[in-house]
Amino acid sequence: MTGGWLHHLIIAPIALPLVVSALMLGFDERRRTLKRILSLGTTVALVAIAALLFVQADGRLGSDAGDGPRAYLLGNWPAPFGIVLVADRVSALMLLLASVLGFTALFYAQARWDRSGPRFHVLFLLLLTGVNGAFLTGDIFNLFVFFEVLLAASYGLLLHGAGAERTKASLHYVTINIATSLLFLVGVAMIYAITGTLNMADIATRIPLVPDSDLMLLEAGAAILGIAFLVKSGIWPLSFWLPRTYAAAAPPVAAVFAIMTKVGIYIILRLSSLLFGDSASGAAGFADDWLIGAGFATMLFGTLGILSVRTLSGVAGHYVLVSSGTLLAAIGMGGEALMAALLFYMVSSTLAVGALYLIIEPVERNADEEDMIAGIAEPVFDDEYTGAVEEEENEIGVVIPGTIAILGGGFIFCTLLLAGLPPLSGFIAKFAIIDALFGGDAISPTAWVMIGLIILSGLATMISLTRAGIDLLWTPADDAPARLSVVEVAPIGILLAACLALMVGAGPLFRYMEATAETLANRVAYIEAVRFAPRAGEAP
Amino acid sequence: MEAVLALAIGILTASGLWLLFRPRTYQVVLGLALLSYAVNLFILSAGRLRMDAPPIVGDDAVDPALYVDPVPQALVLTAIVISFATTALLLVVLIAARGLTGTDHVDGEDDEA
Repeated sequence: MTGGWLHHLIIAPIALPLVVSALMLGFDERRRTLKRILSLGTTVALVAIAALLFVQADGRLGSDAGDGPRAYLLGNWPAPFGIVLVADRVSALMLLLASVLGFTALFYAQARWDRSGPRFHVLFLLLLTGVNGAFLTGDIFNLFVFFEVLLAASYGLLLHGAGAERTKASLHYVTINIATSLLFLVGVAMIYAITGTLNMADIATRIPLVPDSDLMLLEAGAAILGIAFLVKSGIWPLSFWLPRTYAAAAPPVAAVFAIMTKVGIYIILRLSSLLFGDSASGAAGFADDWLIGAGFATMLFGTLGILSVRTLSGVAGHYVLVSSGTLLAAIGMGGEALMAALLFYMVSSTLAVGALYLIIEPVERNADEEDMIAGIAEPVFDDEYTGAVEEEENEIGVVIPGTIAILGGGFIFCTLLLAGLPPLSGFIAKFAIIDALFGGDAISPTAWVMIGLIILSGLATMISLTRAGIDLLWTPADDAPARLSVVEVAPIGILLAACLALMVGAGPLFRYMEATAETLANRVAYIEAVRFAPRAGEAP
Repeated sequence: MEAVLALAIGILTASGLWLLFRPRTYQVVLGLALLSYAVNLFILSAGRLRMDAPPIVGDDAVDPALYVDPVPQALVLTAIVISFATTALLLVVLIAARGLTGTDHVDGEDDEA
């Protein structure tokens, strides 16, 4: 057995939230404090585990296996037959991102959101189980199962707090996702029919051996599978459900949903590099042009959406689309320098969107009634006020002074991050992408379009958020500003501090991202780690 | 055998898609149910069609040519359970939406009313 207990760390991000959420089902709904402590404790533990895996993947812990991918055989079956979990730099990075976002969103939910409906904590932990599982699995059918786990939990979370708007949005969301899951299954079945295996590493070794007559069927299967992930990551024209759904969700739920589009993008990144990487015969990079085109269309649609919507949650929803489009187009273009930049951008934009979703509600709480009717601050979360607040007003916690100053500061911070203005991490991320695009000798027209769209989307974000900020924060209000509790400010602060840390530690982080991009490009290491994973009780 | 299965999948998919694009929520649910049957049959066919071949390998015979591929059957079982559960959930959302909006139109508002 290699690595002792550290070896078993890979299963913890899936097993821990699953076990705790199952345990919590046994408690009465009224034992709220116990549930809060349990779920917050679990998310803290998840952050710690993800950080350990992150350090381990970088080869600085349990040095016996170096910094290569690690495979974990579930049930101790040998690799292509059993189910494997694989942790490498990419999945460790995504795990850390998901757990930080999960922790802050859950922290924020303690303010009052977790009380507006039953079993919030159980569903939240199940969502994290599914997300973590999707990041770790090395098997496409298991990926389907984890996707269903996270989707089932997300249906429940979206409906959390009920209300007509949420129910209507859920109806569309659930229908679209069930239909997409069926596409997912068709894709998996086709790939299985051609290659005879479900293990990602095993598929990668068999694709070069696929005869030319079957190649088209394989590509069709992979394309159908890809569409399932593209719907989840919100690509145009399959993304019209996204801004509305996210706007209808309760703020902490919307914040954690920000990681869900990234799950789709992670899978596309993983499959396109593993299955259709350079050496993979005739099927290599067959969808790249499609990804670039659809990515551009998504960016353009998101930019126009940001300019045209009148609510802050609408802006945030369309920003999620812009970020997805940027990432997908960058994946289509490929290249290691661009990969490193896009990973950095993914981390920065996910944290920033999470912070924006959390700050929207306290900012809009201060808006005048007339403004709300005028439409700039349409009360999307209107129904939340009934029952949730008046029920236990005194439990809101420590109220802090200088509400407007804190909100304004946080809002400006968010705006700078999202628009990509210096000196924050949003700027570094966009600059890195543009720098990578300028890397070659001759700059292709595609690269110019990409650069133009990145700058344009940043400008649109800034215009829209500045307009909303002036209306909501600068307009003097007659009544005293609404109260703001520490529980609400702290998670926003943590997310923004994480972005600040990204900026301060950009140098070492970029080295990690470059190593990550190298890991992604190195298909052989991944395949060998899975195929030659030692079984327990067997000499390696 | 192949023709029958292909026809069944095709008819189920076509009917399912037609129902999926209808404006009433109940039709959409039925459409999704039909589509999931079609997909389940499709997964089964991914393991190649074999008549009268058991999927479980016994102790005495080990010649894999005598058996049908057991993996798609296991996949179908999982897929059936998951689509059953999500359809049940969708029905609950449907009833809630019907109660809250007063119409069974998928957009929650009826043009004709």
